[in-house]
Amino acid sequence: MPGRVEGKVAFVTGAARGQGRSHAIRLAQEGADIIAVDLCRQIDTVPYGMSTPDDLAETVKEVEALDRRIVAHEADVRDGAALKAAVDDGVARLGRLDIVLGNAGIFSTANAHEMDEQTWRDMIDVNLTGVWQTCKAAIPHLLAHGDGGAIVLTSSTAGLKGFPGFAHYVSAKHGVVGLMRTLALELAPHRIRVNSVHPTTVDTDMVQNDTLYRLFNPDLPTRDAFREVSGEMQALPIPWVEPEDISNAILWLVSDDARYVTGVTLPVDAGFGVK
Amino acid sequence: MAGRVEGKVAFITGAARGQGRSHAVRLAEEGADIIAVDVPGDYGTVSYPMGTQAELEQTAKAVEALDRRIVARAADIRDAAALKSVVDDGVAELGRLDIVCANAGICTVQSWDEVTSQVWQDTLDTNLTGMWNTCVAAIPHLIASGGGSIIATSSTAGIKGLPFLAPYVAAKHGVVGVARSLANELAQHHIRVNTVHPTGVETPMATGLGGLEPLLNRDPNLGPIFMNTYPVEMVDPVDISNAVLWLASDESRYVTGLELTVDAGNTIR
Repeated sequence: MPGRVEGKVAFVTGAARGQGRSHAIRLAQEGADIIAVDLCRQIDTVPYGMSTPDDLAETVKEVEALDRRIVAHEADVRDGAALKAAVDDGVARLGRLDIVLGNAGIFSTANAHEMDEQTWRDMIDVNLTGVWQTCKAAIPHLLAHGDGGAIVLTSSTAGLKGFPGFAHYVSAKHGVVGLMRTLALELAPHRIRVNSVHPTTVDTDMVQNDTLYRLFNPDLPTRDAFREVSGEMQALPIPWVEPEDISNAILWLVSDDARYVTGVTLPVDAGFGVK
Repeated sequence: MAGRVEGKVAFITGAARGQGRSHAVRLAEEGADIIAVDVPGDYGTVSYPMGTQAELEQTAKAVEALDRRIVARAADIRDAAALKSVVDDGVAELGRLDIVCANAGICTVQSWDEVTSQVWQDTLDTNLTGMWNTCVAAIPHLIASGGGSIIATSSTAGIKGLPFLAPYVAAKHGVVGVARSLANELAQHHIRVNTVHPTGVETPMATGLGGLEPLLNRDPNLGPIFMNTYPVEMVDPVDISNAVLWLASDESRYVTGLELTVDAGNTIR
């Protein structure tokens, strides 16, 4: 039986680890080839260790183990020219582009009135402008073949609701929704669908770190203590979701099963939004 | 390879034809057994005929052709006791219940001053109370199974106001309220509750409706409300079934309280 995205090519940002790696692997399992980028370097205002070249190499290895092709580049989503070069190279080698996942993102914390300018700027640059740059680099390739395509932008529960302690992240993730809604309108005539996903807490390095533990439990900054507060935010009795849960939502959105689904803000949030 | 809902049992209302039959067949293709109801008898207020016994039997044949089991019964979703007895019998025969598709519905088109009490009552009784009856009949069995997924069929009319469809719009908005409440109430039982919101679907209900065009001609400003962003006029039943399948499967195990549009961008214009 052919995979659910058999023969398609997907461009994934932030693919070195976490959700991005999970998306690359899940789509490859269902027959897609992958164009992967990640920064693989630290950003100074980010308080946890970011991905490394070894992480990206591991993603390459895991996709190739599924007998799918992958073209991986270290590239910064803030650098439009670098992104364009990565996508162009990927399309030149893999033949086409059908799926775009604007996934790369960072997290940091500070009260809005105390936040330094660089922290604000880095967040908006990566989590919002980087998503726009991703789309800008990719859309010409979706338009080129006339078969349409599917773009999924990774927002957050923080893209639909405010949270204290990270105004820049909330602002960027809300901005992603505006970008998604506009692109859905602009690209519909070309049969390109654009949707966003809104994960609750996902069990990845971006979330599971001391800085975030301290934000939610200043007196007891541990994974176990965070498990409690994280669980209380959701309706379903679980503390957080796994990267593969977001990947399964994205797989459905980018497959032909969702051929008439566009402009949707799709929560994978264990009932956070309904609570 | 195992199907995406292999070994699960799904209860589907309005299963004689249209979206309901499509859901039954699509879920059966992916390994589910089916409990199907339809055939309430015709409504004096509705312009197109309801599903028939013969059509329900066709659905049963289509499911059986996929080597899946089906318990198909005539029942009116306005009759809570009848619905409960069908579900109880179905579960007794098929062993469990995991998925509920509250799909059955009717639709009438008329301007506000032509909405009779009977039209209002029939629409609310069927599309809202019927959905409620469906959930009430099914939930005890989902709890007994240790969890499950309820998918209620709302509409773009459950998200925005559509002219000349006031009773339908009221009922479909109400469905969202029920789903949101149940999503909270049932989460502790690992039961997920979501709604799907189709734009126009190529079914006997949609194609049999008629009457909208002359009403829209009265006020040309209203026409665009019905238009999709994506360049298709209507979607096919299978497009809704593919959304239902995803919501029914473990692929969406942590998705609850969602209003999932399958609307070709109708509601983002």
